[in-house]
Amino acid sequence: MNLLCVRAALASAVFVSASVSHSATDLEELNKKLDEYEQRIESLEQEQAETRQRGAVSSEYSRRKTTNNLFNPAISVILDGFYASYKNNPEDYRIPGFALGGEAELAPEGFSLGHSEIVFSNNIDDKFYGQFTLAIAEHDNELEIELEEAFFETLALGAGFTIRGGRFYSALGYLNQIHEHAWDFKDAPLVYRALFGNQYFDDGLRLSVILPTPLFLEFGAEALSGRKYPAGGEQDGVGSWVAYANIGGDFGVSHSWQAGMSYWSADKIEREYGGHIHDGAAEVPLFAGDSKTIGLNAVYKWAPDGNYRARNVKLQFEYFNREDEGGLTLLNSDPLEASTLDGKQDGWYAQATWKFASNWRTGIRYDMLDSENTGSDLDVLDEAGLLSNGHTPKRASVMAEWVPSEYSRIRLQYNRDDSYQVSDDQVYLQYTFSIGSHGAHAF
Amino acid sequence: MLSKSFIFCGFAAVLCAHAGMAQATLNVFACEPEWAALAKELGATRLEIYSATTARQDPHRIEARPSLIAKARKADLLICTGAELEIGWLPLLLRRAGNARIQVGKPGHFLASEHVDMLEVPEKLDRSLGDIHASGNPHIHTDPRNMLRIAGPLSQRLQTLDPDHADHYQQRYREFERAWQQAIRDWSGRAAAVKGTNIVVHHDFWSYLIDWLGLNKLATLEPVPGVSPSTRHLAEVKQLLKTQQAEMILDTNYLNERPARWLSEQTGLPVVTLPASVDYHSGETLQQWFDRVVDRIREPVK
Repeated sequence: MNLLCVRAALASAVFVSASVSHSATDLEELNKKLDEYEQRIESLEQEQAETRQRGAVSSEYSRRKTTNNLFNPAISVILDGFYASYKNNPEDYRIPGFALGGEAELAPEGFSLGHSEIVFSNNIDDKFYGQFTLAIAEHDNELEIELEEAFFETLALGAGFTIRGGRFYSALGYLNQIHEHAWDFKDAPLVYRALFGNQYFDDGLRLSVILPTPLFLEFGAEALSGRKYPAGGEQDGVGSWVAYANIGGDFGVSHSWQAGMSYWSADKIEREYGGHIHDGAAEVPLFAGDSKTIGLNAVYKWAPDGNYRARNVKLQFEYFNREDEGGLTLLNSDPLEASTLDGKQDGWYAQATWKFASNWRTGIRYDMLDSENTGSDLDVLDEAGLLSNGHTPKRASVMAEWVPSEYSRIRLQYNRDDSYQVSDDQVYLQYTFSIGSHGAHAF
Repeated sequence: MLSKSFIFCGFAAVLCAHAGMAQATLNVFACEPEWAALAKELGATRLEIYSATTARQDPHRIEARPSLIAKARKADLLICTGAELEIGWLPLLLRRAGNARIQVGKPGHFLASEHVDMLEVPEKLDRSLGDIHASGNPHIHTDPRNMLRIAGPLSQRLQTLDPDHADHYQQRYREFERAWQQAIRDWSGRAAAVKGTNIVVHHDFWSYLIDWLGLNKLATLEPVPGVSPSTRHLAEVKQLLKTQQAEMILDTNYLNERPARWLSEQTGLPVVTLPASVDYHSGETLQQWFDRVVDRIREPVK
C-alpha cells in the first residue's frame, strides 16, 4: 500500500520536474531513474514478502526441536568410584545418640564403586515431564539396584502450580533434592547421615506453588507413603507429610540466595534401625511411634558478573531437629527388651566452596550433632545406640576438586571425624563422570 | 481486627494492581539481552521486558536460580536462542516455573534460532569434540541480518499474544525493518575494509559475524569448543601464525582475557575484545551495540 503511494509520488514528481524542464534528454534521464526506482521497489517488495512468509512458517511455534535424541528420552549415566582410607576400622563406625539406618554406614576401605546412576528423563507430552533414576551399588559383594526416582511432573497447570507424583526425593532439605553425584563432598553431612540414612525419598504426591511475587516465594506439601526410612512399617494411606517454604532472590548480578524451612511429620511409624550396623549383634532396634522433624536451610552464591563457570563462592547451611515419641524394642532379643522413647535429636552443617579457577574448586565443611533421648529403660536405649554418653559428634572436612569439564571431576577429600569417641582420619580420592545428555542442575 | 482487614485490603490492592499490570502489558522473559533489546524495538512500551542474563555473562553457564524462576513464573512470552545454548538451565526453569504459557510448543515459547540458517552444524556428535551443539553454532545474534529474519516472526508472535494491539506491533516492525536495513548497509560499508582479513578467535562466538563481514578464521584458541585454551594448543596456534599472517585476535568480553593477551604478546597481534551482546541493562540499543562492534573490528585494519 505505502509502496504504491511512493510510486505515485515518484511518478508525479518526475512528471512535474519533466514539465518544468522541457528538455528531452532530461526526460530520458528521468525515465531511466524511474525504471531504476521501480526495480528497487520491486526487490524491496520481494524481500518484505519473504519476511512475511517466514513469519507464517513460524506460526507452528517451533520448527526445530531441541530435545536430546529427538523423541528418545535424555539419558545420562553417572560413573562414580573412589579409594577410601581410614585410621579406624570403618566397621566400628557409630554416632552415639543416633541409632543409624538407611545407608548411614561408612564406605568400605580401598577401591570401590559408589552409586552408579542411570537417569532417563524427558517431557512426556505437552502436559507432563517424567524422570527415572536407577542407582546401582554393591553392598557386601551383593549388587543392589535401587529405584531412586520414578516420577511425573505437570508442566501445564499454570498459576505457578506443579504436581509431582511417584517416587522422588523429598523437598524437606536443600541437599536432599540434589543427586549424590552433584554433592560438593564425597559423603553426606552428618545430620543427613544420622537422621535420614543419607537421603530421604518416598512414594507419594507433591503439590507446590510459586507465587507471582518479585521475590521467589514457593510453598509446597508432600503426602508420602511413610514406608521409607526414617518412617517405616506397614502404612495404609498417607504415612508421612512434608510441608515446606522457600524464599530467594538476587542482590545485583553477582549475588543470589535462597532460604527455606520444612516440617516433616510421620505418625504411627515403625522405624527399623541398624540395617548396616555391624556390632555382631543380630538385635535390631525398632522405634514405634510418632516422629516429626523441623528443617532450616540457607544458601548463598557469589559469582562475579554472574559467571559461575569462571569463579564462584557458595555458602550453605542446614539445620534439622527431630522429635520421636513412642516405644523402642530390640527385635530378636530374648527375653524381649523394650523401653519407652522420648527422643530429641538435632544437628547442623555449614560449608563453603570456592571455585578459584575455571577448572579448580576447593571447599570446607563442619558438622555437629546433639541428642537428648530418654526412656523408661536407659539400658535398652544404650544398646540401641541412642545414648550420647556425653559425646558431641562432630566432623571437619576439606576437599579439592579438579573439574576439567562439566562432565568430569576428580576429588580429594579429608575428614577429621569425631562421630564417636575415637577420632578418625578419613581420606577419599573420588572420580565422578557423567556420560550422555546434558543434565540441568538446580540452584 | 482493624489491622487484619487493613492487611487484607493491602493484599487485595496489590493483587488488583498486579492484575491491572498484567492486562496493560505483556511480560517478556528474554534469555539473552539481545532478545530483550529486539523485543523492545518491536513492542516498546507495550512490553514489560526482563533479561535473564547480561552481556557480561556466559549464556551457556547460567544457574536456574530462584530469581529467574520467579520471573519465568510471570512471563507471557519467553524469548530464547534455543539450539541448546540454554540447555543447562532453561529446561529446569520451565519445569520449575509452573507457567503453562511459556512451555515448549505454546505461543509464549519463542526460540530465535528456529528462524535462521545455522552455521557449523556438526556432522559428528561426540563430547571429545567439546561443548558442541547438535543444532549448530548458537551465537546467531552476531550477524545483524539474522536480527531482521527473527524480527518478522517475533513481531507475528507479539501480535498473536496481544491481538488488540496488532497495529502497534506492525508499525513498530515496519519502522525497525526500515531502520535496520539502512543500518546494515551502513555497517557493511564501514566494515568493507576488513573483508578477507585473516583473524584468530578465542571461542567460536563470532562465526555469524565472520560470515557476514567475510572474515577468514585461521585458528581458535580453544582446542575444542567450551574448553579453556591449553598452553600446548596456544603454542600450536603461535606456530601456525608464523606461516600465515593474521591481522587480529578476536576475543569475547565474558571470557578470560589471558590466553588472547599471551598470544598477543608472543605475536604482536592486536586483541580486539568485542562485547558479547547489547548492554541492555544500561539502556543500550541493538544499533548502538553493532556500532560498537563494527567500530572496534575495523580499528586494527584502518
